Amino acid sequence: MQEFTRQSILILADNLMILGQRLGEWCGHGPILEQDIALTNIALDLIGEARNYYQYLAETEGKHEDDYPMLRDAREFKNVLLTEQPNGHWGDTIARQFLFDCFHFHLLEHMVASSDQRISAIAKKSVKEAAYHLSFSGDWVIRLGDGTEDSHQKIQRSVNKFWPYWMEMFTPTEAEQHAIQEGILPDLNKVYEAASSKLESVLAEATLIKPEGQHSRKGGKEGFHSEHLGYILAEMQYLQKSYPGASW
Amino acid sequence: MQDWPLFEVFIRSKNGLSHKHVGSLHAADAHMAMQNARDVYTRRNEGVSIWVVEARHITASDPEDKDALFEPASDKIYRHPTFYDLPDALKHM
Repeated sequence: MQEFTRQSILILADNLMILGQRLGEWCGHGPILEQDIALTNIALDLIGEARNYYQYLAETEGKHEDDYPMLRDAREFKNVLLTEQPNGHWGDTIARQFLFDCFHFHLLEHMVASSDQRISAIAKKSVKEAAYHLSFSGDWVIRLGDGTEDSHQKIQRSVNKFWPYWMEMFTPTEAEQHAIQEGILPDLNKVYEAASSKLESVLAEATLIKPEGQHSRKGGKEGFHSEHLGYILAEMQYLQKSYPGASW
Repeated sequence: MQDWPLFEVFIRSKNGLSHKHVGSLHAADAHMAMQNARDVYTRRNEGVSIWVVEARHITASDPEDKDALFEPASDKIYRHPTFYDLPDALKHM
């Protein structure tokens, strides 16, 4: 496997693994039992999707799928910064999820046509789950935005807070650019157009204002992370680091 | 979220012919109840169709009336369709 393909797959996989881990933190803490289950369902979907990519890498590199999430250091993780941001309150988690889902669903929709058959197959399988995630998070953005005065203000602040992380998802790294040329990844400009139009229609229905400004935080896809990732990995990798090779 | 109404959930399984009551949940409205039902009650591939109905719309029989309602049927075995042969064309009896 070419290095640019490997790097591109790690971005896909790490995004899902880290966001899945983040959502998992809600388990037992959801505002109501039903939403608790809904979020942990999504967490499991994302981790399951991440496994598909890790398995693909493991097979071509003669490793075990767990080696990727459990044995790498923060610098080697390629997830976008959005996915590692703390859960905050319910509205924060929903806003973060909605921005990611807008990207992720439309990415998969286009990635079904990937020139890499394995990636195309993974996209085909994941896109149904992603469609549900997007409808879940989008519905909640509308509920909160078009809800009470308080919920409206809170979700607007949450959207504003995560806005600087929006563009990183659509800005290709050198490796991704190469993968796009080879038809392995879809054109991220097209993904951006589709994701933006979905985002705008949901924000409008939610009576929310689309944040202005091009200022964007990035670096995650190159391995430059915020302080938060270290804490996520410390918790996630604790067992493997304390008891190397432990299994059950 | 304390004042979210209660919904009753009915699921039709893959091989089932009718929806069966599986439990209840809280949701702000029917749309959310549908999503919640999907997440709470179909995680293990239990269903192909979901009905949700707000519990207050269900009129239930009073347990006190049990005898008046059901007792009279208990000695009328001739109402069971075991006294005649069913045609082969008749399915699902």
